[in-house]
Amino acid sequence: MTVDLTLHTGSPLERQSPGAALSRGAMGESGPSLMRRLVRTERHRKITALLLIAPLATFLLFTFLLPIAGMLWRSVDDRDVARIMPQTTAAIGSWDGRGLPGEHTFAALAADLATASQARTLDLAAKRLNYDVNGFRTLLATTARKLAQLGATAGLNEADLKETLIRINPRWGEPNTWAAIRRASGPVTAFYLLSAIDLKRDASNRIIAAPKTVAIYREVLARTFTISLVVTLACLTLGFPLAYLLATARPNVANLLMILVLLPFWTSLLVRTMAWIVLLQNQGVVNGALLDLGLIDHPVRLIFNRFGVYVAMIHVLLPFMILPIYSVMQTISPAYMRAGLSLGAPPRVAFARVYLPLTMPGVGAGCLLVFILALGYYITPALVGGAADQMISYFIAFYTTDTVNWGMASALGAVLLTSTLLLYGVYQRLVGADGMRLG
Amino acid sequence: MKSSSTILPAVLAAVLGAGPAVGRDLTVVSWGGSYQDAQKEVYFRPFAQTVGIPMNDEAWDGGVGVLRAKVEGGALNWDVVEVESEELALGCEEGLYEKIDYTKIGGAASYIPEAVNDCGVGAIVYDFVLAYDGDKLKDGPQSWADFWDLKKFPGLRALRQGPKTTLEIALMADGVAPKDVYAVLATDNGVDRAFAKLKAIRGSLIFWKAGAQPPQLLASGEVVMTSAYNGRITAANDRDHKNFQMSWNGALFTLDSWVILKGSPNMDAALKFLEFVGRPERQRLLPNYIAYGVTSKAAMPLIDPKLVARLPTAPENMARAVQISDAFWAENLDRLTERFNAWIAE
Repeated sequence: MTVDLTLHTGSPLERQSPGAALSRGAMGESGPSLMRRLVRTERHRKITALLLIAPLATFLLFTFLLPIAGMLWRSVDDRDVARIMPQTTAAIGSWDGRGLPGEHTFAALAADLATASQARTLDLAAKRLNYDVNGFRTLLATTARKLAQLGATAGLNEADLKETLIRINPRWGEPNTWAAIRRASGPVTAFYLLSAIDLKRDASNRIIAAPKTVAIYREVLARTFTISLVVTLACLTLGFPLAYLLATARPNVANLLMILVLLPFWTSLLVRTMAWIVLLQNQGVVNGALLDLGLIDHPVRLIFNRFGVYVAMIHVLLPFMILPIYSVMQTISPAYMRAGLSLGAPPRVAFARVYLPLTMPGVGAGCLLVFILALGYYITPALVGGAADQMISYFIAFYTTDTVNWGMASALGAVLLTSTLLLYGVYQRLVGADGMRLG
Repeated sequence: MKSSSTILPAVLAAVLGAGPAVGRDLTVVSWGGSYQDAQKEVYFRPFAQTVGIPMNDEAWDGGVGVLRAKVEGGALNWDVVEVESEELALGCEEGLYEKIDYTKIGGAASYIPEAVNDCGVGAIVYDFVLAYDGDKLKDGPQSWADFWDLKKFPGLRALRQGPKTTLEIALMADGVAPKDVYAVLATDNGVDRAFAKLKAIRGSLIFWKAGAQPPQLLASGEVVMTSAYNGRITAANDRDHKNFQMSWNGALFTLDSWVILKGSPNMDAALKFLEFVGRPERQRLLPNYIAYGVTSKAAMPLIDPKLVARLPTAPENMARAVQISDAFWAENLDRLTERFNAWIAE
């Protein structure tokens, strides 16, 4: 840290833009007209600079910021039910949540069901309500069908309609059913975000823990962070000595080693992952060798479990640790170590007090890079992990493509984003903004 | 401000590639691999030649989210897509597909009843079967109950990752008759029962994710038995000269369907294509290449009798199978997937 301070603390003047220093100096001599010219030049330069970064900024806006904003919006957006069942959601607003809603709400529901099934939009509302209360799809579909069969619901008065609905399915006589509709009335909801951290609202709108049999996301999030942390630490342990070797070896040896580090880096992630399956499976190369050597009697489970995930992920991510550390180590003059040694420090102490602190910016960058990349891993755990080793991206992909529950997928994404940013904030506090350098 | 407000959407449209797709050839999307190779021989090339409509074919990996993004994104470059039954149901309720006009594709009566749907028409019938390597197990498992017999058949076994098909199989292994599976699974007790049954072999159970995995797991000896798509097993036997065996007892069958994506600019060509692939004299050729059942009623008697026994649509295979319930999974997949993952992490 002390080294950092001396390196980065410049004189105050250096930290100001040269233009600002110039304009202050110029003011006393030639008056406001020169001042104005200078301001204009300054503005021109700023505009040029802005124009130069405009393509990048636009690119980032469309490919990065807008999708993230869209994702965050999707995680709270809840307008489908109100759009498809407008009368019911309007009528249910006046319900106090105790007992059953008024009879006019039942009538509104019957009317909405008729219009929605004609417009073929009912399934979409049913899908949203089914997320909250299981069985809602069947409930809405059968109710709409039976109401249509009875025909002429318009002829019935509201009290009769209420009775008819409850006769069609007794669930219409349960406050829980109506509470679910009220919770889904939009336009925004915390439902997905709560679900993403294993919480839900009960019939009286209190937030409670989700039942244990379906509460998985905290565990999955913890699992995601644990796997990433273990992979990061393992990459550091393996990568640091290797980076040191690269930085200190003779150039031709170093070049050869560098190619060996980069070679897997250029190979497709999928190919590398499949290669691990061939190596680690029960009848694979590693188990075969261990059996032949007589070290084990039975094949050891090396894949389709957590171990397989660690091995494959560490292999894929190791270059991301080695490269930043290596590039920092290259800039460390051997003179520092020699100075330490010549001043009487034993090699171990000199390494720990002189060399190690100097490598910290690279270590910090490497760890952050590996950790954040690991957080998003999907295909590797899916291929070499067991069912209990899937990380959060697996569930995001499941909701995105398999069940099109984009609200839930976005909520999980938002939870991952938030917790990563929080962690990054903590990291910044501990290490400081200068404690990291990518090269 | 005025000019920018009119220019911006135009620029956006240009950047995002939106706008009508003009003059594009009919694009048909299927599942790739040996299946799509068979389709090229039987359907795609003959269609372009005899009907004279140029067409392209592409492959995809499924996921109704992909179709939703295509249709909502406005840059539609696919017309006809082969989807799984779940994607048919979910996409249909989201309004992602054009309604099929059966009068233009040979009439609804010419297809088996399971194949007829407002939003799509059945393409193939296939099964999840119990598969094992006949070279390694002489007296192999004959039912899902045998799948649970760790004494007689020690070693790892594999099922599909996730609750779908896994819970049905667990219940059948526990003695539930195939026809009652979904009635039992619809109750909380039934779900508990299925998970309890799975727990009995949990230490010997691994899960596969892609249809290509089961034959690989069998071939490498990683597992002694697995659930698998029947066509993949037959293909491994035909192509790689394996001796994989299948048990059709308690097999779970389902259909893939052709759908036309909403807003397709090639609607006419798409319907002509569906009419062509629905013809019995075309469909009868598909089993020569891959062991999937076809959906045209008139095609069945025309199929090479030597091949019929290994098809899902063979009467004796059909009699022992149960259709995967899309209605059940549409309602329960999210919840039971969470439950499955909570169970597995216990």
